[in-house]
Amino acid sequence: MASKLTRSNRAGWLMALPGVGLIATFIIVPFFLAFGFSLTNQRLASPNPTEYVGFENYSDLLGMAFFTLEPERDEAGNAVVEDGEIQYPRLRKFTRNNPDYPNLQGKREWFSWQSGENRKVVLASDVVFMKALVNTVTFVLVVAPLQSALALGLALLINQKLRGISLFRAIYFMPVVVSIVVVSLLWKFIYSPGDGLLNNLLSGLTFGLWQPLDWLGNPSTALGSIILMSVWQGVGFHMVIWLAGLQTISPTLYEAAEIEGSSKWQTFRYVTWPGLRNTAVLILIVITMQAFALYAQIDVMTSGGPLDSTQVLVFQAVERGYGKQDISGGSTISVLLFLIVLAISLLQRWLTRERT
Amino acid sequence: MRYGPILAAAMLGGMASAAAAQTELSLWYHGAGSANAEEALVNQLVEEFNASQSDYTVVIETFPQGAYNDAVGAAALAGKLPDILDVDGPVMPNWAWAGYMQPLGIDEAKLDGFLPGPIGRWNGEVYSVGLWDAAVAMTTRRSTLEDNGIRVPTLDAPWSLEEFNGALATLKASGKFEYPLDLGMAWTGEWYPYAFSPLLQSFGGDIVDRSTYQTAEGVLNGDEAIAFGEWWQSLFEMGYAPGTSQDAADRDTGLLNGKYAIAWNGNWAALPVVEAFGDDALFLPAPDFGNGSTIGAASWQFGVSGTSEHPDGARAFIEFALQDRWFTAFSDGTGLIPVTAAAAADTQNYKPGGALEVFYGLSEAQALVRPVTPGYLVQAKVFEKALADIANGADVADTLDAAVDEINEDIEANNGYGH
Repeated sequence: MASKLTRSNRAGWLMALPGVGLIATFIIVPFFLAFGFSLTNQRLASPNPTEYVGFENYSDLLGMAFFTLEPERDEAGNAVVEDGEIQYPRLRKFTRNNPDYPNLQGKREWFSWQSGENRKVVLASDVVFMKALVNTVTFVLVVAPLQSALALGLALLINQKLRGISLFRAIYFMPVVVSIVVVSLLWKFIYSPGDGLLNNLLSGLTFGLWQPLDWLGNPSTALGSIILMSVWQGVGFHMVIWLAGLQTISPTLYEAAEIEGSSKWQTFRYVTWPGLRNTAVLILIVITMQAFALYAQIDVMTSGGPLDSTQVLVFQAVERGYGKQDISGGSTISVLLFLIVLAISLLQRWLTRERT
Repeated sequence: MRYGPILAAAMLGGMASAAAAQTELSLWYHGAGSANAEEALVNQLVEEFNASQSDYTVVIETFPQGAYNDAVGAAALAGKLPDILDVDGPVMPNWAWAGYMQPLGIDEAKLDGFLPGPIGRWNGEVYSVGLWDAAVAMTTRRSTLEDNGIRVPTLDAPWSLEEFNGALATLKASGKFEYPLDLGMAWTGEWYPYAFSPLLQSFGGDIVDRSTYQTAEGVLNGDEAIAFGEWWQSLFEMGYAPGTSQDAADRDTGLLNGKYAIAWNGNWAALPVVEAFGDDALFLPAPDFGNGSTIGAASWQFGVSGTSEHPDGARAFIEFALQDRWFTAFSDGTGLIPVTAAAAADTQNYKPGGALEVFYGLSEAQALVRPVTPGYLVQAKVFEKALADIANGADVADTLDAAVDEINEDIEANNGYGH
């Protein structure tokens, strides 16, 4: 194989050159640069020389600590209770310049839970990064199955020989063609608080019972709103891939199934689905990778707010590397994201492998 | 680019023969597609400079404001900076520190009588000068205050904290307004530090300790800053002001159509208010929260790039621009504040009795520049996020602590930013 590639294959290499060259220049080289930068204190613009810092950027991002917060106690040693709530000392007493707790220095509360009288607190060096990580994973876990299932449903609907079916195909595909920035701006208007389009619509449908929501301004609805519009925008693209997969299934199989008297569900389960196997693997991997790259919607609609409820990894990488001129910090996030996506893709490949 | 000067001269008409000997200077400007006369005026300035002497030809290239700073950063990395740079005042120290700019080398006597904001100083040297300044005011209607029995404050006797809170409570209780106060939370970005850090300073805090510029500990998370943060959060909790999800259109028109009673807004938005309300329009100084009342200063300014081979020419152009007639022209064309009292006397809006005269007084009496440090670029972003988070209900002390940590880590990572 290797000899075949190198020997008398000049035309082949020549034809591959533009693609390989571009991928090398814009993907492979930057990746190695990012890995290199993540081990230094590289800034975007600075008169100071760049220095090698080892894995400091990684420990700054991933550092965590666990702490048990004991309640404030009165002289008798009982926990102080005010208004039915146990009173705790402020965490900042321990995390700020407290020589007794050097491992907590500069860390912040990520989340906590109650355990008897005490509060167990998980602290992180970089809470924003941790929230971005959780939000990104949540986004992927919701979007990947939802978007692929919805796309398959649409593909089955439009895979019929009806008059004017290409009109429906065009309509479903339209959001994909429109720039994501434009789509995000439009949805920002749709989600507008008070008298926005969505609030108006819901209020109309419920005869005024609907209480207007601040979709993007409320931490509990913001990420959900972004997920919804992202699925709406991306579903058309994967619908077309499903459709291509559907049309490779031989009509003779369907005829045979019909002659055997199989029901609609049986046809789908035993003819269509097995025929879509490779398409399904492709779609799952593509959606997962695209979902991890979530950026434009966040940048246009929420900038990661409110209260970090829509922070995601790529947005943080850009915000740090470019906005805050911290190229090394942004690169570190990029490298971590790469490793995560690589690991998940390999896992998906392994789970969906052809079993012999 | 070699044909640039000839082309530029040809556009001026019939000067092609003289142009061959001229040195070309490139100028980058942030105001492409500006809504007002700003872009046309800058072009006129360039044309008149080119016609006024025969040594240099300035060639202007304009960028949309949103992409301008990125373009300069990219050009600096690629070694392709223009000769003359247009720079936002608070960003200048960063560019000077990073080597994008060189000292202006201008005779400082030429800056006599200037408002303090438009002169950009870093490390004891003047790097940039502006042709105008901007100011913010509590914009409202006299009738709104009088109907609700609220005292009209003056520069000498601004509202106190209690008075201001009381006014907001009264206006809220009147039920005539959706919100009594519009802070402009829809304007993300530089608006936050520009408009809101003076409020923090009035409480006695600041973004960073200005005596050393090495730490924010104690100033951004001290007792005064926490008091500011609690007050800031209460504005949103009590429903006094629309929060971060405010519709940008409401920001532009909310005061005019009666949705809001008072708007914390800049003089660039003042003319429509005067047109709508006439003599009823009021532009009031910032409240005094205990440490004097302050507003932000410094707008866009001109400077010489660090790599310019013709700093003399760049300087000549900037000196040419520093004339009262240009200050007057820009003020009339854009509504911004002229930088000298003499120029102000000739403008439509800032002359004695002019509709916006009060802004000149505000700028003169209250203006304080944002922290003069290369680290401001990062500090502004950290401050913006902290204020947005507090407005959305985050714990005040913890949020300010986190902001302090981030600012301090950044200062440390940059070896103190050369202070």
